[in-house]
Amino acid sequence: MLLLCLIFVMLGLILGFAAQYLKVQGDPIVEQIDALLPQTQCGQCQFPGCKPYAQAIAQGEADINQCPPGGEQTINALASLLGMESKPLNTEFGTIKTPAIAFIIEQDCIGCVKCIPPCPVDAILGATKQMHTVITSECTGCELCIAPCPVNCIIMLPRENKPSEWQWPAAHD
Amino acid sequence: MTKLAHFHGGLAITADKCANPIIDSSLPGELIYPLLQRSNNYALPIVKLGERVLKGQMIASANSLFSAPIHAASSGTVKAIEPRIIAHPSNLADDCIIIETDGLDAALSAIPCFDYQQETPENLRTKIHQAGIVGLGGAAFPTATKLSTEQDIHTLIINAAECEPYISCDASLIRQKAEGIVQGALILQYILQAKHCIIAVEENMPEANQALLQAINTHSIQLISVPAIYPTGGEKQLIQVLTGTKIPAKCLPTEHGFICQNVGTAYAVYQAIIQGLALTERIITVTGKGIKQPQNIRTRIGTPIKHLIAQSGGYNKKVQRLIMGGSMMGIALSSDEIAVTKATNCILAMTSNQQENKSAEMPCIRCGDCAAVCPVELLPQQLYWYGRSGQLDQCQNYQLFSCIECGCCDVVCPSHIPLVQQFRVTKGEIITKEKQAVQSNLAKTRFQNQQQRRAREEQEQLAKAEKRKAIIEKMKAASLAKKKSL
Repeated sequence: MLLLCLIFVMLGLILGFAAQYLKVQGDPIVEQIDALLPQTQCGQCQFPGCKPYAQAIAQGEADINQCPPGGEQTINALASLLGMESKPLNTEFGTIKTPAIAFIIEQDCIGCVKCIPPCPVDAILGATKQMHTVITSECTGCELCIAPCPVNCIIMLPRENKPSEWQWPAAHD
Repeated sequence: MTKLAHFHGGLAITADKCANPIIDSSLPGELIYPLLQRSNNYALPIVKLGERVLKGQMIASANSLFSAPIHAASSGTVKAIEPRIIAHPSNLADDCIIIETDGLDAALSAIPCFDYQQETPENLRTKIHQAGIVGLGGAAFPTATKLSTEQDIHTLIINAAECEPYISCDASLIRQKAEGIVQGALILQYILQAKHCIIAVEENMPEANQALLQAINTHSIQLISVPAIYPTGGEKQLIQVLTGTKIPAKCLPTEHGFICQNVGTAYAVYQAIIQGLALTERIITVTGKGIKQPQNIRTRIGTPIKHLIAQSGGYNKKVQRLIMGGSMMGIALSSDEIAVTKATNCILAMTSNQQENKSAEMPCIRCGDCAAVCPVELLPQQLYWYGRSGQLDQCQNYQLFSCIECGCCDVVCPSHIPLVQQFRVTKGEIITKEKQAVQSNLAKTRFQNQQQRRAREEQEQLAKAEKRKAIIEKMKAASLAKKKSL
């Protein structure tokens, strides 16, 4: 009897410690959803970034078809993660476009720095009255820099099709 | 004679090789040098527009371990550095250096070396790098990088097992330059300090065999004839046939003490070290039913294909498609304006009735023939199913990336399924997915960093405002106290 009590106390202690020290950091489902999102941080889903959208999905406040940059692929991945039916993209939030990156027409740029704060990934380089430029390898194509530009000198260009980046296309069935 | 082993599967393909002696290519009006080297590595141009260059002069330098310098193959002026369609399965344009030849063919003076053993292996490796030598078997991997392995190499294998049907550039090179090849092999052996050196030729090249036998003479090089089974010329397959050692997937032959070099590469090494010449030309087989006079041509690297075709009597009427490389592993070209590269071993002009697998694709009947012929012992039908249904993880579990795309499974498939094509597509999907994951991770970290930085800045500003407020309060209090005391 005493032995049993002792074992129970021990097990209780182990459980207590486990709860204390092996606590799961953050919300695992939010992390899993976030990992499936394209991380463009474009806000087209009406949430300020991919993580907040992931939280909203996890809490059932947002649907899984609100991410235009992710497109069908992301919706399917989210559906299979959450055990839901896949559905087409809700076009209220935007349409699927070919991946593009921002480009600053340098002779038109007046160096107003207004495009720099909206960029979620610090991909625009520039200073007051200096010409600005986009670091193409960091640009996610979120288009958030387009609206603030007072002289409309930022345009979206499709990603360059170089042989070194090329992959075999799927056959037409 | 040593007893030879076999690799799994493979095919005995009737070869259709031309046996004409090598002829020299005439000088083309334009030489085109793509800057793109292997996969994603570019050479860096070091010449200016309008600059005059000489034969053997370096025009682009290597900027990574996976690229090699490029040398002009004739004298002339740099006409442009602009995008042209390059020899690549994408048939896309990419930056090229274009040299307009002046017909003089003036060369840089070469510095010959009579005794390579006076030099350190390190020096010789640098010379090989400076000469722009890459693997001439088709993969174009920089030879100096391959030779700088840190592993102990016990066996050097000179690969003359030219197993693709149609290609005969190595065999013709051996017949004419066996002496140089043996010298090149000895230099490579000296650099690697390898105990053994084997030259492997196919059984169906008796003349090449004879020529090598004479050239080897008293040197301690082993000459071995291997059965003509496709793809014996594959690096790992050849090692298995010669030594019985099976190199595991994801392992390099160097990790097991082997190194393979193509015969053409050995000859280029001989030219670079002994004669002091940079790699500016190679032997190319121009053949196929669509060509009037199939032959092996010593070609300046950078020569447009149409120039070689014209020199081979032009096309036959029935010609349908142009392939660079062999019929099994080559790439289809969209135009004959494309220039040959260091990796080009063969130009194949196919006619309509020469094209294999013309019948319509039918469903897989799970016969397993593809698995029986796969030299890497994969399960092509499983890979095909998983690839088609987008199960990329499963494809990787079934070792998709070990596939050497030899095309044996395509040939035997009774349903004419283009298996290799599907594998290439699936590999592309996996690579794209991985790249996207890297990109989105980068974007995520940058976004998080920005948020943290902004939060920190806000707090710092708050703290500053607080401090200023405190100072003002203090000053106010002090002045008040002063007033009171007055």
